[in-house]
Amino acid sequence: MSADSLRLDGIAIGELAAISLAVRPGEIVCLSGASGSGKSRLLRAVADLEPHAGEVWLGEQAQSQTPGHAWRRQVMLVPAESHWWAETVGEHFIDPPVTAELAALGFGPDTLEWQVGRLSTGEKQRLGLLRAVSREPRALLLDEPTANLDDASRERVEAWLVERIRVRQWPTLWVAHDHDQIARVASRHWRIVGARLEEEPVSCR
Amino acid sequence: MQVIDLSWWQLALAAVMVVVLAGCTAALRLGMSRSLLIAALRTVVQLALVGLVLDALFAAERLVWVALMAMAMLLIAGREVMARQKRRLLGGWAFGIGTLSMFLSSFTVTVLTLTVIIGPEPWYLPQYAIPLLGMLLGNTMTGVALALDRLTDTAWRQRQVIENRLMLGEPWQVAIGDIRREAMRSGLMPMINAMAAAGVVSLPGMMTGQILAGTAPGLAVKYQILIMFAITLGTGFGTLAAVAAGSRRLFDARERLRLDRLGSPRS
Repeated sequence: MSADSLRLDGIAIGELAAISLAVRPGEIVCLSGASGSGKSRLLRAVADLEPHAGEVWLGEQAQSQTPGHAWRRQVMLVPAESHWWAETVGEHFIDPPVTAELAALGFGPDTLEWQVGRLSTGEKQRLGLLRAVSREPRALLLDEPTANLDDASRERVEAWLVERIRVRQWPTLWVAHDHDQIARVASRHWRIVGARLEEEPVSCR
Repeated sequence: MQVIDLSWWQLALAAVMVVVLAGCTAALRLGMSRSLLIAALRTVVQLALVGLVLDALFAAERLVWVALMAMAMLLIAGREVMARQKRRLLGGWAFGIGTLSMFLSSFTVTVLTLTVIIGPEPWYLPQYAIPLLGMLLGNTMTGVALALDRLTDTAWRQRQVIENRLMLGEPWQVAIGDIRREAMRSGLMPMINAMAAAGVVSLPGMMTGQILAGTAPGLAVKYQILIMFAITLGTGFGTLAAVAAGSRRLFDARERLRLDRLGSPRS
């Protein structure tokens, strides 16, 4: 499977207008902005979960020419809070993840038999990432992927994500607050100011 | 055997007892004596009017009038389905989906039962057609209203789950599959329960009526079985159609969950 770049062309949703942005294969572009500035809604527009103006391209493939579920299967949005509907963790995976993948996020092999009711917020977030990544998308949209994690597991998850993104060459939009995190993972950083995006240096130090 | 005549003063005796009950609920401050009395009054007025209409209908015995009556019943049932939903689909869809699914199921089953099974002459003989359609519509209405209410309310409560499933690339039918099945079940349950309890716990109203009117219990039972099956068919297919159409309407052409198509909750 060849790696494609993700290109936003004149996206308008809510307050945001005419957002254009290109993310190369394997590149991580961080988005930041005050809460309520529309970061999450922008990601929802890219995943085509909300009506919006403008077009999104994955390589030569246009969002509007692809059936909704087929698009979202490739351009995978991982929300800050994941939701679970079946009894056990394992039922949410199409192919059960290998032990090494689980271990990389700090889980044992028995995790797949856990009841979803006993998952903590942090466990839900880590398993939500694993669940999305294991469906083999072609681009990733991450909404504060480490918001509910403590320092130790934040770095572990960060490193795991960055490695996956580099190996699979996924173009990635990553919503983040923490400047240190942006400095660690991003190759570019855009901040939402009013209706537009402003490029900022990756490191503010 | 002749049916014993009932005169209005005898009904008044029963009405007095309802008033006594209303007095008791008022004393207990249940806050429903008003609605109880209004409902009782509506029963009297509505049934008296229907009696007049049926008298005229039976005398005329014309297909046009029977069809008009059937249409009126269908529209009223459609309005009732809409009124019973907490979060209804906007833009006339709640009424449209409810009415169309009841039309498809109840009318088809009624016409089939009349032409193929009972076979009165002519097939639209109002003495058979109207009560049969009435019983079918009444029950289908309950099933469709329950199922649609369950569908929209659960979709609203579980919107984040549905959206998360969409994000993982599931088609809309899969993302709402559990909720759709749950809604269909809740619409079918009352009829299954009614069939299971028929004759043991409850004596069905129609059969009771026929026996009171002098029909041999054996024949009344056969009619009752036929009616129960017809009602189950009408309710079942009506519910399936309504939930299928209603759940499709919750998503747009891009398979996005569109809860903005639901109205705000009503108590």
